[in-house]
Amino acid sequence: MKRVVFQGIALGGAVVLGWYLVANTLDNLAARNIASGFAFLRREAGFEIGESAFLAYGAADSYLRALVVGLSNTFKVAIAGVVLATALGAVAGISRLSGNILLRAVAAAYVEFIRNVPLLVQLFFWYAVIAEALPPAREALQPLPGLFLSSRGIYFPLPGSLPVLEGFNFSGGGHLSPEFAALLIGLVIYTGAFVAEIVRAGILAVGRGQVDAAQALGLGRGATLRHVVLPQSLRVIVPPLTSQYLNLVKNSSLAVAIGYPDLVAIAGTTINQTGQAIEGIALIMAVYLTISLTISSLMNWYNARVALKGWQA
Amino acid sequence: MRLSIGIFLVLFSAVAAAQSTLDSVRSKGFVSCGTNTGLAGFSQPDSKGVWRGIDVDLCRAVAAAVFGDAAKVRYVPATTQQRFTSLQSGEVDLLSRNTTWSFSRDASLGFNFAGINFYDGQGFMVWKKLNVKSAKQLNGATICVQPGTTTELNLADYFRANRMTFKPVVIDKLEEVMNAYFGGRCDVFTTDVSGLVSVRGSRAPNAADHVILPEVISKEPLGPLVRHGDDRWFDIVKWSLFAMIEAEEMGLSSKTIDQAASSKDPAVQRFIGATGDFGKMLGLDNRWAFNIVKQVGNYGESFDANLKPLGFERGLNALWKDGGLMYSPPIR
Repeated sequence: MKRVVFQGIALGGAVVLGWYLVANTLDNLAARNIASGFAFLRREAGFEIGESAFLAYGAADSYLRALVVGLSNTFKVAIAGVVLATALGAVAGISRLSGNILLRAVAAAYVEFIRNVPLLVQLFFWYAVIAEALPPAREALQPLPGLFLSSRGIYFPLPGSLPVLEGFNFSGGGHLSPEFAALLIGLVIYTGAFVAEIVRAGILAVGRGQVDAAQALGLGRGATLRHVVLPQSLRVIVPPLTSQYLNLVKNSSLAVAIGYPDLVAIAGTTINQTGQAIEGIALIMAVYLTISLTISSLMNWYNARVALKGWQA
Repeated sequence: MRLSIGIFLVLFSAVAAAQSTLDSVRSKGFVSCGTNTGLAGFSQPDSKGVWRGIDVDLCRAVAAAVFGDAAKVRYVPATTQQRFTSLQSGEVDLLSRNTTWSFSRDASLGFNFAGINFYDGQGFMVWKKLNVKSAKQLNGATICVQPGTTTELNLADYFRANRMTFKPVVIDKLEEVMNAYFGGRCDVFTTDVSGLVSVRGSRAPNAADHVILPEVISKEPLGPLVRHGDDRWFDIVKWSLFAMIEAEEMGLSSKTIDQAASSKDPAVQRFIGATGDFGKMLGLDNRWAFNIVKQVGNYGESFDANLKPLGFERGLNALWKDGGLMYSPPIR
């Protein structure tokens, strides 16, 4: 009974504090003649966005559409990042347990170096490498026919469309902007190092006897890994892997520092244009919360599938 | 970071209508002035860490008017994205940060613009090796720009109006956006012509590699701004700027103002506070304008000290009687 009373008091306090914050904010905004509400979302944005993952966008479109474009750019880098970081991490994690000394040393050096340098610094590094160290568009490097590397990013051939230099820039083919490429490379390499450790821990958690038994049955090294070790290690790997996916998505907001137009960058411009910082920040928080909760629930569902049946926490 | 502090202040601070900005400035003992993070000629610390520039001089003029001491300023550098929140939240008392006076900022952000201390316009700087002679040839170009500025909007408008396309590269910090342009990420850098001249003169590895195109695509009247709702403070900032302009027109400078006491001209006598009570009307010392000119100088002195060395011409910023737009209402 006592517990219920205390929890009731705590809840009441939280509600009062929340009410005070909202009311006080509205008072302050009104006292300073600052507009509030979400009506600005329908107004014309008036600014251009460097790239859009799925939607067509022009300066005449609304703030809402601009924000959706930013969100789509966040999704683009997050999805590609999660897939590639998982692949890189799995390879590096398995390499750290390899019998080959050189492979093991390279993987260990990668993990230890990358984990211990701040991500923002790494992003600036990759951006500088791509945007400043590569030659200008008219002197682009061409390591393979149709593949161009320049300070304008990476242009590559697509079926039926080759990149051609036209005026200031290339047209045709596929294109990765320097901002996207730097952000993706940075996120994948950084997150991959953490995933590698998780994978290594997962594999080491599988009893030595399991490997011995598999080999006694005549399974080769690859088959042992695929059919015996990995399925069991997934139980250990999946929960911390979820955290890494969430980190990757949230870290993608560092895009703003190197000019990739993700949700945070677009919302920042919107806030500055409209002056409605509270609404803008609230939108950013709501969107990241939604994405993160979605990833969490998907991973929890997957974890339930690979977990030992009948075992309950 | 400053954005979140600003929001925090808006969320938690009680409505402080009771204390005027002048009272709060007096009680803390300094003017809190929002400035650029570093734009040569406007606001930038020099090699000794002393802030200099015409925007800085306006902060100092307000401090001279209020305290009789131009040094009583605390500078709060803000990026384009942070500046409005820092003023709205009360973190700074005025913003003197090469900010364009536009309708929507004046009407919907809760600000008042207290005059214009630099008439500017937006231009383009391009790499000379691209051989571009006019902004009309920029179709398809990649353009570096800072976010949340009128620059970003004018740019989009100009290309729409001329049926051209461009790729923006949008980076908040001036240092990073400059690195991107000078590193070759962009063909073009766009901002106010003053900013282009300043950046080319102070940051370009080789200034001769870059040309500023002849087109000026917008009006950018830059000036100081204050929060809505405190007319007394608004007046003080407004007339601190006007006093600098009026002093130049009257021929009063930091070097000659001491001799002005013996002037027979009644306008000069009023200006230096020997007669009349104009200072009291603002709630200030009667020698407010004298202190501004004595310690900071007139507008022309500020321009010559800060902008001329970078290669600026007076142009639109000359006095009205010299063919420019600088004009102060009479101090009487």
